[in-house]
Amino acid sequence: MTAVIDQPLEDQIAQWREYLRRRQAFHGSDIEELEGHLRDQLAALTEAGLAGDEAFLVAVKRMGSLDALSREFAREHSDRLWKQLVIGPGPAEESAHTGYTEMLVALGLAVAAALAIKVPALFGLRPDGGAEMFYFRNGSLFVLPLLAVYFIWKRGSPASSALWLALPFAAGAVLANVFPFRAHGDTERLTVLHLPIALWLVIGFAYLRNRWFGDGRRMDFVRFSGELAIYYVLIGLGGIVLIGFTVMMFKSIGMNPEWLIGGWLVPCGMVGAVIIGSWLVEAKQSVIENMAPVLTRLFTPLFTVLLLAFLGTMAWTGSPIDVKREVLIGFDLLLVLVVGLVLYAASARDPQKPPDLFDFLQLLLVASALVVDGVALAAIAARITEFGFTPNRVAALGENLILLVNLTWTAWLYARFVRGRGSFATLEGWQITYLPVYAVWAALVVVVFPPVFGYR
Amino acid sequence: MDMGKDLVAASATPLVLAILAEGDSYGYAIIKRVAELSGGHLQWTDGMLYPVLHRLERQGLVAAKWSASESGRRRKYYRITREGRAQLAAQRQQWQVVDGTLRGLWMQARTA
Repeated sequence: MTAVIDQPLEDQIAQWREYLRRRQAFHGSDIEELEGHLRDQLAALTEAGLAGDEAFLVAVKRMGSLDALSREFAREHSDRLWKQLVIGPGPAEESAHTGYTEMLVALGLAVAAALAIKVPALFGLRPDGGAEMFYFRNGSLFVLPLLAVYFIWKRGSPASSALWLALPFAAGAVLANVFPFRAHGDTERLTVLHLPIALWLVIGFAYLRNRWFGDGRRMDFVRFSGELAIYYVLIGLGGIVLIGFTVMMFKSIGMNPEWLIGGWLVPCGMVGAVIIGSWLVEAKQSVIENMAPVLTRLFTPLFTVLLLAFLGTMAWTGSPIDVKREVLIGFDLLLVLVVGLVLYAASARDPQKPPDLFDFLQLLLVASALVVDGVALAAIAARITEFGFTPNRVAALGENLILLVNLTWTAWLYARFVRGRGSFATLEGWQITYLPVYAVWAALVVVVFPPVFGYR
Repeated sequence: MDMGKDLVAASATPLVLAILAEGDSYGYAIIKRVAELSGGHLQWTDGMLYPVLHRLERQGLVAAKWSASESGRRRKYYRITREGRAQLAAQRQQWQVVDGTLRGLWMQARTA
């Protein structure tokens, strides 16, 4: 095979390459691969007697239309432009909801959520009048169904699937309010913490329409969740500034705006921001689209250092972990954080790239988290055998075990990947397969724990 | 003969895996081999092969490596993995069932 040395032809190839480069679906190595193909084809065609430009036309034609090609690449590499894909799977669907209507729908739903949280007050359930726990238990139920409605509308899901999605919300609402919780008991607090986690899975179904079980689109939902969390924090910060100014300005004219802030701004803002944040993630991702992975990159080394320093200090001084209630929860949160770091690093990673330094760091992070957690678990187990089971301890222990299983298998897959024995895709697959486990456990805590532990 | 789009798409995976089972290869050569084996009846749009290869790579059925080609350019070579061979065996059985069923039907049609 002779290398093609033909200046006009080279120019044409360069132009074609430029066209490819402008499409987001193609990465540098894809373009190189496709160009190699084009050149092989050109060489074969010129050998068969075609002139340079004729051969180019034929070769480009055989390659297929760029639109169709970039659609296929986008479908396969959805991580590169997940938002475009999720927002508009095809041009036909895109035209159905213009940006303006979508904004109105999102605003409408946000206002609906803000009003919904004020409705119970009409029936005498005031957040400052002894019904705080009612609001804590039901907080997610004021906004998540509306968020589900937003995604059902946005994805054009059929009404039947909307009915299915309504069931878990209804079940959650019944359980959270029918169980005779003892005032400020453990099981009530567990319900407050776990109900949103369980219901977030329902949002996942709404977000992915019926594709949850199908292909690897769950990662899109993970990305969405991370970006929403970041938007939510940003909106919250803005809200704090707004509240600060409200207080300052009204106090300056001798009025006390506390009823406005505590009764309206904070609760309505907290639920409305979930919907507005989701809409922003959906509509304007490009602004801070890669925030979650950036934070992951930043904090993975720092947390690895923390864990190693902790292990080193503990080994050096020999002081055992002092098990109190917060310690139990604290180590759970540590594992959640490590799982989160792994998950978001995976969500932004090109699965085809060979292992690099960052992967070693992640493996080190996971391994040291496992060791730290092993030490903590031993201490907790000792405490449980000494003082018996409480709902808090069982919930924390269950979560700890679930996360431990995830991290153990993650460490194993990561070690294989780093040594070149396995692919990163398996690791990513494991992470997203495991996602529903968290929600199912949370649902268990909400449904089973209160009756089993006598609502204490 | 103009093959239906769905059939072409469905047969892409077993074809690619079977060709890679013969030995490591790269995109252009795989397409040439398909055209050759099918007597030119199975014509893919060339570019469409690559998303298929990338999907198989992501699923761990094939592994890829960049190395130099005879013309000096870098080229991405694909190799079938153990999982790929298992998948190929499974697909082979499925296709044989389809093939056998259709064959039976058409034999009946001929004799009837």
